[in-house]
Amino acid sequence: MSLLTPSIKVCSWTQDFDAPASLATYVANGGYQALRRVITEKISGDDIIAQLKLSALRGRGGAGFPTGLKWSFMPRAFPGDKYIVCNSDEGEPGTFKDRDILRYNPHQLIEGMAIAGYVLGARVGYNYIHGEIFEIYQIFERALNEAREAGYLGENLFGTDFCFQLHAHHGYGAYICGEETALLESIEGKKGQPRFKPPFPASFGLYGKPTTINNTETLASVPWIVQHGGQAFLELGKPNNGGAKMFSVSGHVNKPGNYEVGLGTPFAELLEMAGGVRNGHKLKAVIPGGSSAPVLPGNIMMDCTLDFDSIAKAGSMLGSGAVIVMDETVCMVRALERLAYFYFEESCGQCTPCREGTGWMYRVIHRIEHGQGRPEDLELLNSVASKIGGHTICALGDAAAMPVQSFLKHFGDEFAYHVEHKRCMV
Amino acid sequence: MAKSDKDSLRLSQESLNQIDAEVAKYPADQKQSAVMGALRIAQGEKGWLSRELVEYVANLLDMPAIAAYEVATFYNMYDTQSVGRHKITVCTNLPCALMGANEIGEHLKKRLGIGYGETTEDGRFTLKEGECMGACGDAPMCLHNNHVMHTHLTPETVDALLDKLK
Repeated sequence: MSLLTPSIKVCSWTQDFDAPASLATYVANGGYQALRRVITEKISGDDIIAQLKLSALRGRGGAGFPTGLKWSFMPRAFPGDKYIVCNSDEGEPGTFKDRDILRYNPHQLIEGMAIAGYVLGARVGYNYIHGEIFEIYQIFERALNEAREAGYLGENLFGTDFCFQLHAHHGYGAYICGEETALLESIEGKKGQPRFKPPFPASFGLYGKPTTINNTETLASVPWIVQHGGQAFLELGKPNNGGAKMFSVSGHVNKPGNYEVGLGTPFAELLEMAGGVRNGHKLKAVIPGGSSAPVLPGNIMMDCTLDFDSIAKAGSMLGSGAVIVMDETVCMVRALERLAYFYFEESCGQCTPCREGTGWMYRVIHRIEHGQGRPEDLELLNSVASKIGGHTICALGDAAAMPVQSFLKHFGDEFAYHVEHKRCMV
Repeated sequence: MAKSDKDSLRLSQESLNQIDAEVAKYPADQKQSAVMGALRIAQGEKGWLSRELVEYVANLLDMPAIAAYEVATFYNMYDTQSVGRHKITVCTNLPCALMGANEIGEHLKKRLGIGYGETTEDGRFTLKEGECMGACGDAPMCLHNNHVMHTHLTPETVDALLDKLK
């Protein structure tokens, strides 16, 4: 496999090589050709953005925003400093795909960021890497050094006047920094508290300069699109949901791991790739897009295809493509209790509804789980959740509310049973 | 502050060089951007971030001590209280819990005789419960001293790990 063959493994094609992360492997298989061509042939930024729009590449970090459109917001002709920032702060429970791109295919991300720098007029980029994966941060730093020494980063690339430098910024344990403006605050050396929007980063971003922020997998897909064209990428997926995507499958499956498939692939196929539900157990529920996405009962999920539109129609979100599989042994009250604790722990404390509401929801679910639930608790949980969602500066509030609302919607019986019988029905 | 206290705060030349490399990543007028890296490096050398050490780092970066302290207390991998020589952080979030993380956590508690957030009397181990480490497919897992991840844990591999950490 290589970057020159248009396969479904857009970001994961290096994984079977002996030294997947090395510059030698990447270059020997077509790496940095797209960057060279773009820069030396002076392909216009407008053309590349048009290809991105054609490709229907949508943000792989969770929001699914069209990448070509996001890039077009950038004031590319603005004469001052501009930045391209990669969000590798992968801490959405269930998600572990960017870690594999960073450790097995770091140069494709570097190349994608350099192309982004060229198109957007940024001479400097930063890749913000999740705190808990220090060893992967070191791998990426080594890849950066290799790219600098080989002349793929730095001054006057390929003998042209284009200059681009890229640095890694290591986080240190804050889920909220996956929110793009909190991430910018964090690079600036502050607490990671989200900013009000507008202004959006394209006009007021890092150090107050125009900035574009994309997810790791999104940026790593760019060299492939430049190499093979937007139409070829689109055809890997389905209309409005272009390309392949890495799905992180965790929980009760026989073979947890990352699987890159075309968008629109039936969920049942992904489940089979992951070895099926563990040892003969039955599928109970799936969280299809990371812990913030609403949970879906297994039977609904089995009818879904894996793309933004299909999952949204079923009442959830494709999100980051983190598929958390639960079999019939899972107590949904206990599962939600753990998720609620996570949002309580990770709320940055800036907005009252989130700071107070996440703790309140956790305490109520905790007492239901521990046999002290009250009959009015289910209604109370829905009420608190609805007063957090949509009432905070950033999406963490919604992310905390959606699991609660969806667990109650689909598995309300289990919660009611807990309250009434002071024990679990599973 | 007495001179001997100041000496004990001073970072090694190697750490200072690493901090310089962090500073070089950012625009010359944005030294504060290096505070996360600098605090990580300081904690790596000294074990934990005392208030004085945070002030020392802030001085290196020409930033107010309170701003550095805000950072040190906001991000949960910084230790602003002393910890054991070996800090073990277990992720118990839902995907890890589905794959046996709580059983690993219980095994660690039993082996070490401490709960989450506690340190063994001999100062050898601190046990912490962590949040998503972004490696859910390799669960159950733990971090050793923030930087080394151990995955696919079983009670046997946990025992082997603990025996190695003196």
